Amino acid sequence: MAESICRALRDGALEGEHAPALTIKDSIDAPLGFDVFAHVLAQLSSHILAGKSQSRGLVLVAFTRSPSFYVDLLKERGLEVNSSRKWIQILDCYSDPHGWKDRIMGQGKVDDATKEASGVSRLCKDVKDMDKLCSLAIELGKGLLGEGKGRFSFALDSVNEMLRYASVHSVARVLSDLRSHDLASCVFWLLHSDLLEDKVAAVFDYMSSMVASLESAIRASNGLRISLENLSLTEQNFRRAKFSIRFKRRNGRVRLMSEEVSIERSGITFSSVSTDGGTMGGSLLPKVQFNLQLSEKEQMDRAKVVLPFEHQGNGEPIEIYDGRRSLADKNNEAAGTMQMKDSSKVCLHCWCCYRITDVASNYSNGGIS
Amino acid sequence: MDNLLDRALGLDGRGDRWPLLGKVVLVEDCVETGGAFVVHHIIKRFLSPQPAAASNHSLILVAFSQPLSHYDRVLRKLGCNLVAQRDHDRFLFFDMLNLRFPGEEFRDDVKTGSSVLVSLFEKIYNAVRALSAEKNCITIVIDDIALMEVVANGSSDSVLDFLHYCRTLTSEFDCSVVALNHGDIYSTTEKPMLMLNLEYLSNILVRAEPLATGSAVDVHGQLMVFNKGEHDGQGTPGSKVHNFHFRVKENSVDFFYPGGRG
Repeated sequence: MAESICRALRDGALEGEHAPALTIKDSIDAPLGFDVFAHVLAQLSSHILAGKSQSRGLVLVAFTRSPSFYVDLLKERGLEVNSSRKWIQILDCYSDPHGWKDRIMGQGKVDDATKEASGVSRLCKDVKDMDKLCSLAIELGKGLLGEGKGRFSFALDSVNEMLRYASVHSVARVLSDLRSHDLASCVFWLLHSDLLEDKVAAVFDYMSSMVASLESAIRASNGLRISLENLSLTEQNFRRAKFSIRFKRRNGRVRLMSEEVSIERSGITFSSVSTDGGTMGGSLLPKVQFNLQLSEKEQMDRAKVVLPFEHQGNGEPIEIYDGRRSLADKNNEAAGTMQMKDSSKVCLHCWCCYRITDVASNYSNGGIS
Repeated sequence: MDNLLDRALGLDGRGDRWPLLGKVVLVEDCVETGGAFVVHHIIKRFLSPQPAAASNHSLILVAFSQPLSHYDRVLRKLGCNLVAQRDHDRFLFFDMLNLRFPGEEFRDDVKTGSSVLVSLFEKIYNAVRALSAEKNCITIVIDDIALMEVVANGSSDSVLDFLHYCRTLTSEFDCSVVALNHGDIYSTTEKPMLMLNLEYLSNILVRAEPLATGSAVDVHGQLMVFNKGEHDGQGTPGSKVHNFHFRVKENSVDFFYPGGRG
């Protein structure tokens, strides 16, 4: 499924359509957004270098990491930024976004980049001017094409930082302009949804043809922030997350897909969501050979069983069986006692009506008849 | 001798290189459980006697809440002489209470608002450049962010801009940044934006909280240390969470696992 995203970005814009746009969303509960962003960046870069994508170059607008960081990141994945063909340009909005260092250094050069990174990066010293930022990005993209034809892609590593510097309208306009540019092949960006109001996040969802959301694999009780109650969950959530993608088709249909993303020693991996209830979200039953749950019929039969010593409450006076004599016997005893009061004879067979005085009188009369 | 906090922060290694280089450490506390002792501990570990190869450590303390005499008194009890370190140019104290820095004061026109933070960064940047030219290992300590926001007239954007610039120093000069913030100040807000932004920004989060069972004589609170990017036992990248209790004594702090105190 993550491959679907990368393929869509690789294939780029259709004739007469805007470039495909991907939003990658995460939160403090599932903070793997940058890992996914880096993965998509590396995949697209790989396709560009191999000549397999519509895009011939990539403009990376960096707010949260230095150009050197991205150069090292791509190098680790075997992607050389300073190859013979210029294929990437980094618009550096990280090192000096407001020009503070520029004012301190005076005419001196602000140099936060290694020699390698300085060859592919350009400093932006006024990130509040979104129009200028947009123009710079497009200019860098055109520089990648040179005299040749083709298209280029855009990647922005933090929409949240842009929103700190400018209004929602300004940021939305920038993304819309990038997406609708004639030479744009694809655009993708990262945002942290818990730093935005829902309506603001919705703005960027509407602008995207693909929305990839990261949610915690196991929900913690304390929604937004790390807490002592969910330490082990927090630790797991930094290695695994549920990865959901919403594809918006041209005809308006929406396709939803879901995967599990995890950070392994070898890097980021995507796998199908397990369906046995053992790992993702709902049931936490262990994987055993026997069934621990009751079927529907078994549950109905269990409900019909009348338990001993249970008060049924059916409207009649409640009679509790004490295990010694039945109620019928009690009734008979009461009837027998009534008759004995009227008779002078003794019945020795029924001790319930035995009376000493009567027996004594019988013996004095010479025995029982 | 290493303790649980050292192990959680990665300070228990035997190498010469300061393990927190290039990292941002955020210490969060609350009224019931102060976290200033964590900052003092890190200062002491950074400036404490080390192998000769590590004698080039320099610390910049940006103090919004206490005068130098306070830190000097506290660190002396921990075995660290800040005045002596200052005399050897290994300790720079930026007095934000009186807006005074080593050798100079703020201009009158930049004593309020966000311009204070711009000027502050200018002084920090110049100090870091000078120290870095002598191949020094530098740590910047900020005490504390809540008061910094007050100095910036409540502008959290100015605070975040300042911290962003401090963070660029971690990549440009391989500095480490340690900042203290009070979490309960923002507890009434539905989405504590500044707190969340700081958590996204930090590489290591240390949170001091009271015990769930309330206050105790032998246990003063618990620490949660969340070390992003720390590998687990199998070398898998991710994050490690450490949780243990502490007791603040006159000249030291004891750290122990729950139930581990004899």
